[in-house]
Amino acid sequence: MTVKEIFKTMDYGPAPESAADALAWLVDQGDRFGHFIDGAFTAPADGFDSKNPATGEILATLSQATQTDVDSAVAAARKAQPKWAKLGGHGRAKHMYALARLLQKHARLLAVLETLDNGKPIRESRDIDIPLVQRHFYHHAGMAQLMEDELPGREALGVCGQVIPWNFPLLMLAWKVAPALAMGNTVVLKPAEYTSLTALCFADLCRKAGLPKGVVNIVTGDGAVGEMITTHSDIDKVAFTGSTAVGRHIRRATAGQGKGLTLELGGKSPYIVFDDADIDSAIEGLVDAIWFNQGQVCCAGSRLLVQEGIADYFHAKLKARMDKLRVGNPMDKCIDMGALADPVQLQTVATMVDACDSGEVHRAAAELPANGCYYPPTLISGLSPADPLMQEEIFGPVLVTSTFRTQAEVVELANNTRYGLAATVWTENLNLALDIAPKLAAGVVWINGANMFDAAAGFGGVRESGFGREGGWEGLSAYTKPIRKTKPLKKVEAFVGSECAPMGVDRTAKLYIGGKQARPDGGYSRDVWSKQGKHLGEVPISGRKDVRNAVEAARGAKAWSKTTGHLRAQILYYIAENLSARAEEFAKRINDLTGGKDGAKEVEVSIQRLFTYAAWADKYDGAAKGVPIRGVALSIKEPVGVIGTICSDEAPLLGLISAMAPAIAMGNRVVLAASEAFPLVATDFYQILDTSDVPGGVVNILTGPHEDLADTLAKHMDVDAVWCFSSSDLSEMVERESASNLKRTWVNNGESRDWLGADGQGKPFLEAATEVKTIWIPYGE
Amino acid sequence: MTTAIEQTPSQTSDQLDAQTTAKTGAQLPQLHEPRNPGMPLDLDWVSRVQANTSAIERRCATLPGRRSVKKDYQAAWLLKAITCIDLTTLSGDDTVGRAARLCAKAKTPVRADILAELGVEGITTGAVCVYHDMVESAVAALKGSGIPVAAVSTGFPAGLSPLHLRVEEIRESVKAGAKEIDIVISRRHVLSQNWQALYDEMKAFREACGDAHVKAILATGELGSLRNVARASLICMMAGADFIKTSTGKESVNATLPVTLVMIRAIRDYHDRTGYRVGYKPAGGISKAKDAITYLALIKEELGDRWLQPDLFRFGASSLLGDIERQLEHHVTGAYSASNRHAMG
Repeated sequence: MTVKEIFKTMDYGPAPESAADALAWLVDQGDRFGHFIDGAFTAPADGFDSKNPATGEILATLSQATQTDVDSAVAAARKAQPKWAKLGGHGRAKHMYALARLLQKHARLLAVLETLDNGKPIRESRDIDIPLVQRHFYHHAGMAQLMEDELPGREALGVCGQVIPWNFPLLMLAWKVAPALAMGNTVVLKPAEYTSLTALCFADLCRKAGLPKGVVNIVTGDGAVGEMITTHSDIDKVAFTGSTAVGRHIRRATAGQGKGLTLELGGKSPYIVFDDADIDSAIEGLVDAIWFNQGQVCCAGSRLLVQEGIADYFHAKLKARMDKLRVGNPMDKCIDMGALADPVQLQTVATMVDACDSGEVHRAAAELPANGCYYPPTLISGLSPADPLMQEEIFGPVLVTSTFRTQAEVVELANNTRYGLAATVWTENLNLALDIAPKLAAGVVWINGANMFDAAAGFGGVRESGFGREGGWEGLSAYTKPIRKTKPLKKVEAFVGSECAPMGVDRTAKLYIGGKQARPDGGYSRDVWSKQGKHLGEVPISGRKDVRNAVEAARGAKAWSKTTGHLRAQILYYIAENLSARAEEFAKRINDLTGGKDGAKEVEVSIQRLFTYAAWADKYDGAAKGVPIRGVALSIKEPVGVIGTICSDEAPLLGLISAMAPAIAMGNRVVLAASEAFPLVATDFYQILDTSDVPGGVVNILTGPHEDLADTLAKHMDVDAVWCFSSSDLSEMVERESASNLKRTWVNNGESRDWLGADGQGKPFLEAATEVKTIWIPYGE
Repeated sequence: MTTAIEQTPSQTSDQLDAQTTAKTGAQLPQLHEPRNPGMPLDLDWVSRVQANTSAIERRCATLPGRRSVKKDYQAAWLLKAITCIDLTTLSGDDTVGRAARLCAKAKTPVRADILAELGVEGITTGAVCVYHDMVESAVAALKGSGIPVAAVSTGFPAGLSPLHLRVEEIRESVKAGAKEIDIVISRRHVLSQNWQALYDEMKAFREACGDAHVKAILATGELGSLRNVARASLICMMAGADFIKTSTGKESVNATLPVTLVMIRAIRDYHDRTGYRVGYKPAGGISKAKDAITYLALIKEELGDRWLQPDLFRFGASSLLGDIERQLEHHVTGAYSASNRHAMG
């Protein structure tokens, strides 16, 4: 077109970013890559092509890692780790600062490479991905610097195996590698097979930065390589970002291996628009929510919920906005959406949308290039929660929408999902915004915005969106562990006996469910004997239905989670007061059960522990994060929900209280499986609960075989977390079965815990009892 | 109360362009749009208005990264920007001679050899904008060019002289030959939420303009909030403004992208509701060619191509033209230009 013609049409025309430097870099590397192991690239081996999804062109040939490659990567990381940790915070900070600087110096190369490899618009890789990568390394250079001062008593986990997805290749690498390195870990990372190039470029930068050999190792390949890493016996921690299905598989595959695990998985995040919102801005927010990165974003605002009164108006405006979106060559600086990451992904999205037989499908008027993995921005309206597309993650540029009437209804609709990654709320009413944010089942809530990220703010999900946080102080607990000494835990066996003596009036121990004493559904009890073989009484044998009833009672006691820390503190103090009044009796009971002499001490420490968590109830504060926006990112600590705990066998009262007290102090409701060997003190204890104003359902106590109770609890879909301190070896089973709904787990891996000492209380308990929710509140008038 | 879209006569931009070119061969502000007749004051609508500042700023901050025009496209867009400039002088020391120089520049804003190289002819600015006392001489200087003269009026820039004098000032300027009147609203009506007074004032100004088109200057830098900007925009349109304009150029903050976004979204809503297209004029602070392109892109994105014509879009600017001229010469020669190579205005 001539200038004169363009003057008339006022078209945008092409505005391509040059690929020359990135392509030249690939040529310099020989267009073939090996793995980056122990500070050097291995010789390229058999593998697969890395393609540009926008054109289908082959960019480079990558190597498929073998078990030997993974073994040598893990060995290199293992060898490097102690020295890297010993280098100290400042030493590591200097290395990470150098890396951050290099990421800045080569920003455009990385951005172009990312876009060529992944298909995302150059604007996004240039203005969002790569700047966030740099920010993550700078931020965590600071974390390394501060580790010794700010995280006393914590140390590196060791070697981290990290598997990352193809939607934000280098950014996800940064989210995984930066905190791991800062805390003194070494890593073996596998980028997604579609998008490995920026990871390999990063490896090159590690070499340039003079990072010690073996600290960062990068192996390429498909899911089989991921499996080799996650199940490798010499890996201490697995971090995975990707689909919920694979996350679930990893949970099962790593069960019982004693590995740390964090999972950042899928989502179907609600995008809620109230009738008092700035509608044009809410619509523009959707562009950032669902048409950012072609909708291939785990936290994409993919489920639009609009208040009924404005729904028609909103949808009409939304369609008009969609028609303005430009889809095309990702290297063009004048487009909104590029190519999906791979033909397979394109097919998946198309198939899901084509299978939708309800609602109205609106595809944006955008012109699509003839070839390449392009899919138009799509809106499917008029769906109800029962439609599959309202529940299933599409992972493409497809928005589904429904309406709501009231705040109460939209909370129910929003939470009517197995996921819980993110949520967006649009309203100009601060009262409404701050009221609804805590009610949404999500790890991140954006008020009047979408897809805001920062290294200082935690990111991660609840429910089947995974567990663990990335970013901020909270993200560091995924890469450190408390320094503690443990011994292998020996199974504590119940005593047996035969000596029955008349005991006056019979005392019947029952289960404690929903604030009431309940007989076991199965109608069986077992005898409890002292060490000397004297009959001490009978305890009920709980079955599946008793677990069901207890969980139901705990779920029903949801008001507890909304009480104030002050009220919970008062109740915890009151429990301590009432226990103290019967201290002698409890001490004797413990001594009778265990055959020991520490009963009095155990009761005393139990009372102290109740005081400790009463003290914490209103002091385990959240924070306002220093994110680079005009606004605040609040990190608030929310209760996990319903926690099932298999209590310690060896300390029958203290073990139970050490698990119960932090959980209820933080607002959780608990189902406690009492010491299997010495249960009768737990059944005495519910009398204390009864007299201490603990609302029914907040604490439920079951007795019976740990193995059966743990199995039912771990499988139960309405339990949010399972803690297992049993002396029976149940860690593998609990972790494996928890995969059903990806509940949080805390298991002892067959190691002892000193319940009487400092190891029996503190931050790890509070952390396990809470989820961090980050609420982004941009402001300004 | 409102006019449905389909009842309003409207033409496609293709038809309009064809007419424009056929009649004049130049890009003069041919006012084909039916004038906005206004509508009764709808306070429900005004009170529903929301403007989320952070979200609006985000949209504006990311736009330049989302839209980019290069090479011939950039040149064409810059030429378009020139045709949308209200070439302005509003200084206490303006004289007839100064205004005449400005008019000469308005008629030939770009060196002929550059235009020839670009294969374009008949480029003029959209209008010349002066104080009342300069109107007559400007009209004379521009005679035959088809370039209209715009007069700032109503006690510009503060708008605090007696109402009858402000109305009279409009009449005088129209009598002197001004085809466009840039009025200033009483900011105090916005700040005290006296919407009826604002509506009545605007209506009186519009009436005094007669056939001359009226641009309502909101002085957005003095309105306190983006919500107030949105409300004032709606009320001025309801009272019959042909254009809404950001600022006088004399406030400490003048045209900004966030203010622009709020105002053009109000224009879009008004069009959706009434079928009438109201024009938009950012003024003050736009001095770079790159900024001009960002503004045009924002208009194209939010309002559509129809608004990228001088009858619906103007820049109020004095130094912008110079930067565009340099960019155009750079486009033609491949070498960076200097200001002394382009004629002064």
